[in-house]
Amino acid sequence: MITTGIAAAVNALMGISMGTDLAWVWEMVLQATWETLYMVVISTGLSYVFGLPLGVILVTTEEGHILESKGFNRLLGSFVNAVRSIPFIIFLILVIPLTRLVVGTPIGTVASMVPLTLAAIPFVARMVETSLKEIDWGLIEAALSMGANAWQVITKVLLPEARASIVLGVAITTINLVGYSAMAGIVGGGGLGTLAYYYGYQRYEDLVMWVTVIVLIAFVQCVQMAGDKWAAKITNQRR
Amino acid sequence: MIEINNLTKIFHTPHQDIMALEEVDLSVNRGEIFGIIGLSGAGKSTLIRCINMLEKPTRGTIVVDGQDINSLNQRELRLARQKIGMIFQQFNLLSSRTVFDNVMFPLEIAQTPLPQARQRVEELLELVGITDKARVYPDQLSGGQKQRVGIARALANDPKLLLSDEATSALDPETTRSILKLLKDINQQLDLTILLITHDMNVIKQVCDRVAVINESRIVEVGDVISIFSNPSTPTSQSFINAIVHKDAPEEYISTLIGKHQDRYSCLVRVSFIGASAGQPVISAMIKQHDVDANILYGNIDRVKDVPFGHLTLELIGDQAAVDLSMGFLRSRGLEVEVIS
Ligand SMILES: Nc1ncnc2c1ncn2[C@@H]1O[C@H](COP(=O)(O)OP(=O)(O)O)[C@@H](O)[C@H]1O
Ligand SMILES: [Mg+2]
Repeated sequence: MITTGIAAAVNALMGISMGTDLAWVWEMVLQATWETLYMVVISTGLSYVFGLPLGVILVTTEEGHILESKGFNRLLGSFVNAVRSIPFIIFLILVIPLTRLVVGTPIGTVASMVPLTLAAIPFVARMVETSLKEIDWGLIEAALSMGANAWQVITKVLLPEARASIVLGVAITTINLVGYSAMAGIVGGGGLGTLAYYYGYQRYEDLVMWVTVIVLIAFVQCVQMAGDKWAAKITNQRR
Repeated sequence: MIEINNLTKIFHTPHQDIMALEEVDLSVNRGEIFGIIGLSGAGKSTLIRCINMLEKPTRGTIVVDGQDINSLNQRELRLARQKIGMIFQQFNLLSSRTVFDNVMFPLEIAQTPLPQARQRVEELLELVGITDKARVYPDQLSGGQKQRVGIARALANDPKLLLSDEATSALDPETTRSILKLLKDINQQLDLTILLITHDMNVIKQVCDRVAVINESRIVEVGDVISIFSNPSTPTSQSFINAIVHKDAPEEYISTLIGKHQDRYSCLVRVSFIGASAGQPVISAMIKQHDVDANILYGNIDRVKDVPFGHLTLELIGDQAAVDLSMGFLRSRGLEVEVIS
């Protein structure tokens, strides 16, 4: 599939007959790539600012855990599930009033970061939760037996021990947000999504479409590779 | 050091209530190494975990060093826990930290000033003999080395009491011996009270001063290790001891001997000896003084906490009177004599 994509792109590049100015295409694509990168990276960062603590709370308030609070945990869990069950394309529209309130406009890269971040927070929380649950309970008990308080258990045991797994989660979240950002792009969010929509879908400019696809593929590969490398580095350092 | 009264622990699970401990009374003296032995599921871990409140007792009181552990608030409990070290079967070292930083961990928890903490870690690594591994991660260590780190970590905040939950159960016999020796050394050097649980009588034999036998949630026997070894009074203790002490020659072998000396009176006896008498030539003295022959069928000598301890299966051959007299002679020398047939 990728190879046919590349072939099509090369064909399209050759097809000057379509009247496309190559330099102009590159400029557009570069600009859009930059916008996507900016949106995705900042949204990922912001979603961890909220999602990481949320994930920690989800784990630690569970029954039998260090901050056990069953009712609260159930409430929070349901809320997270509720947000996660809304398809992103609907979520985008749903949060427009909020976006307008925060950013002033629902259009553009900055505005896109509001739905992207909000949608990613519960996702991140669940990823972090999964990572933290991989930790052997014995380590937590050992810390408790030394007189550690909940904060010390979280900062000195849970998070450091789960670091490699959390890093892989960051890669997955980033990749997911690339996909979401393209959807946001269709409703005017900017970046590669907008580019593909206007020039590829509305004007049938194959070249722009395919270059966009290739940039996206390259981007996702890079993120996944960086995540894998980083996680492996953390794990190997301990061996 | 530890006073446990009427301790009961019930686990409530969705399907049933599990009585893990039932009216346990136990008292551990300052400075001793106290062992608790029991089969898997007997309630050993639950008992030791109640002492630092990793499990909350259903009923009963636990007083550690004069402090009623169950009545402490959260903060007081954390402070009390800093003074109760604990080591585990699975070591439970943090894989994200080097050996040095693992030992540093409890000092961070206690918010010890950094220069002081560093110096303390150096001392501890020296004490357990792994100074050369300070910069290494736990994944690179052998089981024995990991447990040494575990011990160093448990001692960081100068505890008065060390709890050991099957600390040697994941180790081979050789390594077990070296770890037990280390425990014995720190017990003496630091005047540390150690409470250890195990399912292995060898562990009890090698280091403990006193032992409690736990069976199906209840303590069935408590006493000096030597007296339990020489005189186990419950079936549970007997089976633990029989598992490691071979008192007799194999039964099939003995049965072939019975009735072999039909022309003379003979008697099969088991002689048990403890302590000093093990070093004396009692048997040869008996043969010289009484007109009997002694055929040694089986012998075994062992050490329990540095006290020699052994069994001898003898066939005494001679006049009935001489045989009876020689048994009396053995008894008079402090040996225990039991007639098998
Ligand atoms: N957290 C728990 N929840 C329910 N049952 C438990 C729990 N911990 C231990 N038990 C039960 O209590 C009994 C004693 O367990 P434990 O103290 O771990 O035994 P031991 O350490 O002697 O093998 C067992 O029947 C075990 O299944
Ligand atoms: Mg156990």
